[in-house]
Amino acid sequence: MIAIIDYGAGNLTSVKKAFDWLSQESIVTSDPHQIAKAEKLVLPGVGHFASTAALARSGMRDAVFEAIARGVPFLGICVGMQWMFNGSEESPETPGLALLPGVCERFPGQVKSPHVGWNQIGISPSSLLFRGLPNQSFFYFTHSYRAPLTNANVACCDYGGSFSAAVETDRVFGVQFHPEKSGEKGLKLLANFCDL
Amino acid sequence: MLTKRIIACLDVDAGRVVKGIKFKNLRDAGDPAELAKLHSDSGADEIVLLDISAAHQRRATLLETVRRTARQLFIPFTVGGGIRTVDEASAVFNAGADKISINSAALADPTLITQIAARFGGQAVVVAIDAKRTDKTRWQAFIHGGRTPAGRNALDWAREAEARGAGEILLTSMDRDGTASGFDCELTRAVAESVRIPVIASGGAGSVQHFHQVFQEGRADAALAASIFHYGISQLSELKQQLLSQGVPMRWPC
Repeated sequence: MIAIIDYGAGNLTSVKKAFDWLSQESIVTSDPHQIAKAEKLVLPGVGHFASTAALARSGMRDAVFEAIARGVPFLGICVGMQWMFNGSEESPETPGLALLPGVCERFPGQVKSPHVGWNQIGISPSSLLFRGLPNQSFFYFTHSYRAPLTNANVACCDYGGSFSAAVETDRVFGVQFHPEKSGEKGLKLLANFCDL
Repeated sequence: MLTKRIIACLDVDAGRVVKGIKFKNLRDAGDPAELAKLHSDSGADEIVLLDISAAHQRRATLLETVRRTARQLFIPFTVGGGIRTVDEASAVFNAGADKISINSAALADPTLITQIAARFGGQAVVVAIDAKRTDKTRWQAFIHGGRTPAGRNALDWAREAEARGAGEILLTSMDRDGTASGFDCELTRAVAESVRIPVIASGGAGSVQHFHQVFQEGRADAALAASIFHYGISQLSELKQQLLSQGVPMRWPC
């Protein structure tokens, strides 16, 4: 059972629908007990970084942290990936999970923001999440803040400079784009996560 | 590189796609779910479903249509037409839309943009502007399907929509809509240079060259068309390949 974590921000229908399409059992939940029992965790995200504060208030943050420590595969999507870092300039008072160093920053002034649309990414051949996906594949992005490049980076995107499109460390994964909205390639990535 | 988007629009009346459709091999030529899937398979970067039903028919069919269409669609999916309240928007999102498009209701109550953005994120709110040229460099916004002048300059309204939290502008030239004579590149450029959010150009698509012009001269981030994609499945993929060969960044192969 995959738990899709609901912290009251945005619309989780699309992520649920993608797992349904892949015939993977999933539930949308904001219950820390369900999170503790899940075989895999997905933290979607649309909207503002401040909304992730609800994770700490509800006890979900601790449940996620403990599950990751036990080796439960975790996938953060968009703001869900940004939450894996120390924090974001978008809401400096809201701490992230701090699995990865650095703070997410706004795009520089010379490019339009948000970064909306299909962009190509450079993929590390060793990535588990991108198994079978060609380098320079296109994925759908929509975000105003971006994560820094770290040792955990497995995919780079260029928009007003290079930024992290995906991270991977042990059983913890994050993607800045929306695999649930990126056609066949996005579904393949989600299937790879399900197969872990 | 961030690509320019080609968006296929389905005009839906009482649950059926309208406008000249000549797809072959379809069980049901006017079914929005089947058409959306075909457009997606042939390379559309996004699908917009615009409900043009009379108000009394709308509630009964729209949500079911959105649900059926969304089920097998894994590219961004925008739904517009008659959404007036946060609750109505919420129902459309729950049925599977990724973004909603609002027009008359946003002009009547601009706080609606902020209310929906606060709940679903700015990326989920597309403000549609129907603009008609009044002189060489001015365009007026219209409401009620282009029947009533809104009393607003289109550029000013686009800036206000951005300031209130809109994620994208869907800009339709009323002068060009349905003419197949090309997008209004001057209008598109004027709006694109007035805001920092993406601008989707609409109205007037008739040839590959028209798309090329609106991306280059019009500075559009995306271009939307309806009827020209209904003449054959292959045309959308051909359009993308030709634009790519002319140096326009496209998602191809998909």
